[in-house]
Amino acid sequence: MQALPLIAHRRADAVIAWREGRPITAAAFVAAARALATHLPGATHALNLCADRYHFAVGVAAALLADCCSLLPSTHAPEVIRHLHALAPGMICLTDGGAADDVLTQLRCPVLPVHALALTEAGLGGAQAWSVPQIAADRLAALIFTSGSTGSPLPHAKRFGSLVQSVQAGARRLWRCARGSIVATVPAQHMYGFESSVLLPLQSGGALCAERPFFPADIAASLQRLPRPRILCSTPVHLRALIQTGISLPPLDRVICATALLEPQLAQQIERRYGAPLLEIYGSTETGQIASRRTTAGQAWHLWPGVRLTCSAQTCRAQGGHVQQPTPMADVLEPLDARHFLLHGRAADLVNVAGKRSSLAYLSHQLNAIPGVHDGAFFVRADAPASLSGITRLAAFAVAPQLDSPRILAALRERIDPVFLPRPLLLLERLPRNSTGKLPQHTLRALAAQLAAGAPELFE
Amino acid sequence: MPEQALPPQQAPPHTDVPALEQQIAQLIVQGLNLPMTAAQIDPEAPLYGAGLGLDSIDILEIALIASKQYGIQLRADDQENDQIFRSLRHFARYVAEQRTK
Repeated sequence: MQALPLIAHRRADAVIAWREGRPITAAAFVAAARALATHLPGATHALNLCADRYHFAVGVAAALLADCCSLLPSTHAPEVIRHLHALAPGMICLTDGGAADDVLTQLRCPVLPVHALALTEAGLGGAQAWSVPQIAADRLAALIFTSGSTGSPLPHAKRFGSLVQSVQAGARRLWRCARGSIVATVPAQHMYGFESSVLLPLQSGGALCAERPFFPADIAASLQRLPRPRILCSTPVHLRALIQTGISLPPLDRVICATALLEPQLAQQIERRYGAPLLEIYGSTETGQIASRRTTAGQAWHLWPGVRLTCSAQTCRAQGGHVQQPTPMADVLEPLDARHFLLHGRAADLVNVAGKRSSLAYLSHQLNAIPGVHDGAFFVRADAPASLSGITRLAAFAVAPQLDSPRILAALRERIDPVFLPRPLLLLERLPRNSTGKLPQHTLRALAAQLAAGAPELFE
Repeated sequence: MPEQALPPQQAPPHTDVPALEQQIAQLIVQGLNLPMTAAQIDPEAPLYGAGLGLDSIDILEIALIASKQYGIQLRADDQENDQIFRSLRHFARYVAEQRTK
């Protein structure tokens, strides 16, 4: 059975992470992971809610060492956590700051405060004791969850070998800059952040950055504290905000972008303003990253080594390379040749708001699960205006005679990521279902247009 | 003697905070596409979470408004952020103090 090194760093004193400008060595990381692993005996699953990227990485490494599978949900909404606990009653929760405290207490789920444990190089016994742990390639490293159309989060298994294969191929796409220090605006728990802001530096010999900057001024400050090569790993939402605020960044060496299609004009602006090539990545939670392009060089995407697309009239499936099972892609793809394709947009039920993906069926299911809601449906408005950073929100109708909008929104907030909360949520006496009980999107959009004509302020 | 222009570091002129509140409410409703009118925003309601129902993307967009309109760069580690985003009224006061435009 093939075993792969947990990290690519060969020297104990190699920098593997930065926290507010202070370096953390590979030796400290391995020691911390080993120490944390001793707190995980018997746990089969570890729900990793760490917001600090270094704590997150230590948590994932510790789980690998302790033969424990990391659970990475896309949102920390209480209902999702309850669902995971039902799936894995023996789960332990790794946190570093109090996220989801209430629901974890209710569930009596053991909580390990990673930030409070003394995870230091103590006991390492000098550089001679340094060794990189080996992990079996077929080890189940993580289950990452997406929103299924049945209304329950769907797990996707990530084996260590497949992750390493994918991420090392990605490192080669960074054109000799893979060993840089990476500042990321994305969460570590999402597939993109997991691959590009955590696994990539661990497997390429680079360094991750513990903090997750939010405002443009914070992004600048984080980058400022790092040596070159500097890599910014972000999304169209944050890149747009950087351009709009006109903020200066220290010299960058690469920009990585994913989660939603990046307009070529924005890619040009970023490259020009920050003087660094921009690599756009395409993938999914199901497959991980499967293609990239230098957006300013052209529209075509370049598939990951070994990955092939097989397209029928309805869908394209990806398979090969690190993608072990044939997996349908949610977007409309047009192969150009065996290694390249064009991306045309989303397939019907699936939505992408601010880079986060879900399905209308899943969201509608959550709405209908709320006590007091007799009927409800999410939809995409026909002419929804984009907000300042280019976001278009979903809308929803609900039939709930005993409830009002704020109560329904509060209940939804317990179940779904806040970015999908409907704007607006409109209450009706009944929904226009057709004779087979279906509620086609175009019917909902027409109804919305009709209401907007009569009362535009509902939709402002 | 010709009048000297005030150097930009001087304190901004006295700002009418209620008028600023209204201006900000309008910018937020338009920029974020909120399904309400500016007049419907309770100036004392919490901006984030259950009050006005704003999420982190909205907060980022409010930061864009602060930057473009008022020349303020928000920082996440600002000790005062709990205060700044506590309500429209708090935010308007912060803008009145910090604006450079």
